[in-house]
Formats: sequence, C-alpha cells, structure tokens
Amino acid sequence: MTSEALIDYVKGLLGDKTKWADPEAGDNFLTVASEDWKNICQTLATDKKCSLTYLRNFTGTDYPEDDEIELTAHTFSYSEKHGLIIKTRISREAAVCDTLSKIWPAAIWYEREIFDLLGVSFNNHPDLRRILMPEDWVGHPLRKDYKQQETYRGIPTTRPA
Amino acid sequence: MDAMVEQGPEGSFVLGKVDDLLNLARKNSLWYMLFGTACCAIELMQTGGPRSDADRFGMVFRATPRQSDTLILAGTITYKMASRIRLLYEQMAEPKYVIAMGSCANTGGLFQESYAVVNGGDLFLPVDVYIPGCPPRSESLIEGLMLIQQKIEKEPWLKKAWTNTKNPKDPQIEGLL
Repeated sequence: MTSEALIDYVKGLLGDKTKWADPEAGDNFLTVASEDWKNICQTLATDKKCSLTYLRNFTGTDYPEDDEIELTAHTFSYSEKHGLIIKTRISREAAVCDTLSKIWPAAIWYEREIFDLLGVSFNNHPDLRRILMPEDWVGHPLRKDYKQQETYRGIPTTRPA
Repeated sequence: MDAMVEQGPEGSFVLGKVDDLLNLARKNSLWYMLFGTACCAIELMQTGGPRSDADRFGMVFRATPRQSDTLILAGTITYKMASRIRLLYEQMAEPKYVIAMGSCANTGGLFQESYAVVNGGDLFLPVDVYIPGCPPRSESLIEGLMLIQQKIEKEPWLKKAWTNTKNPKDPQIEGLL
C-alpha cells in the first residue's frame, strides 16, 4: 500500500480515535490517547490489510514544558511493504503505560530501555529491569531535569582535577 | 641485570641475584588477558597478530583471568561494565599489572560527558601504564607492555612475594566483594 492509501485506510479503520500530524511536517504519524494505545497497536498489527507485524523502533522523548513523555513506535509490514509511525503521550509524573510486548515481543527490550532512561513503567511487562545502567543506579538519564549522582559505588562520576 | 660470567673448570657459569633470575623469567612471560570493551580491542588483536607479534616478547593472550598477568583496559568502560572488570581483576593471581589503553580507558575520552561512561579506568583499578591514542597503534601498545617489563625488572620480588602487595590507597568499587 502507498503511504497515502495506508493513512486513508487507517483513518477509516480507527475513526475519530486518532489525531494526525500536519502532512507538511515530514513523515506523517498518528497520535493516539494512552488508554487506546495497546488496543490500537493490536488492531494495526493484526489487521489483514495493515499487517504491521514488525516493530522497527520504539523510543521515548521527554517534554518537561508540556509535563508529558511522548512514546514513539515505528512499525513496518514486510508483506505489504509499508510502514507507520504511532505516538502517544503520557503524564510525566505517573509515567505508566500498557506494554506492547504481547503484540511485538521485540518491545520487551525497547521498553526496558525506555524504563531505564526515562523512568516509564509498563503494565504487565514480563521483565521490567534496567538494561543499560547498573541495577542500583539512581535516576533516569534522558529526563531533561536529570542530575547525575556524584559517586557510584565509590567511583567519582566526574574526573577529579 | 648485574651478572658476572665466570669460567670454571667444567665450563662457564653465571653469578647473579636470584631476584634478577626470577624477574628475567617473569618479564618474558607477560601474559595478557584477551579482553576488550570497545574498538581499542581491534588494535589489541592486531598487536597479537603476526605483523606486530607481541609473542616475540613472550606476551601471549590468555582467555581466562586465572592465567593472566596483565589486564589491558581496551576501550570505553561503562558503569555497568566497571564492576564486571573489577571482578575479572580480582580473579587474577598476584603479581598483576593494569594498562589503560586509549583515551577512553585513560579519562573517558570522547564519552567523558556521558551518563553511562566511567571517566577513566584509574577511578576503580590501580593502573600502571597509560597509553594515549584513539586508538593507540600496536607499536604504542607494545611500548606500554615493555614499560611493564621495565617495572618488573626493578621489583625486589623475593622480598615482595611474602608481603601483602595490596595498597589500601588503591581505588575500589564498594559493595562488590
């Protein structure tokens, strides 16, 4: 399916549950409410015509001025040769979202990364641990207001002069 | 090495210190651990390869810390890796030496500002030799290993072997052992 045809099809499929970006602003993406996040991803992955069976990338961005964290999933369909970007926004304080790991198992590690670096917890995730930083690290480094601890287990985190 | 070659009735013999003999053997069997954390490890492999051939100095790689004398910190060290490297270091038998190879192992290098990278191997290990470069050429690494050889040459090993060589001022990782 071409990109325009896919967007038209998904608009018909999901109705008023989606918000679309300005087509002039580069790659088109759809934004959904965080309550619909898991169900909409399930629909897009299993629908015969969408068949977005491959999660190419899944990441998060911190927006302290909006008090929100944006989650971005890049999906692709090998059978239909088309891709779609899906986004959702969650509150920065609670930072909870449903897991996508039942839909795309690849999301297990991506969600561990988002948990590690942005502090988002995922409901029903099978193995939610830090993935890049040590288990006993304090804080989430990709939050914009992150302050690094001065020592980690006696190792100074800045080089002494 | 101060030694005298003497002529005896049944052939020549050498007069010297036992320390010198032991150190001669030690410095020419400087086995390093085959271990790298980032791209410097490529240059480490090159050093062991036929062109640089560290083997001609008796430096061969060992794939286990239990048989290694030298730990070469080859590459960027993250905080998660630091405690694992320290565990490898603790498993090596005394006497042991540490080389910080390349900018990252010296100071954190290019990644010094990163939240995940340790700003130098000497913050959690006692480093003997620092080799600059990004990455250092294999000639530099061989020179670093030869500096370790010179250090070994000067050690009063017979005296040192029976004392605790651990220095309380050496950097540590808390809560690891």
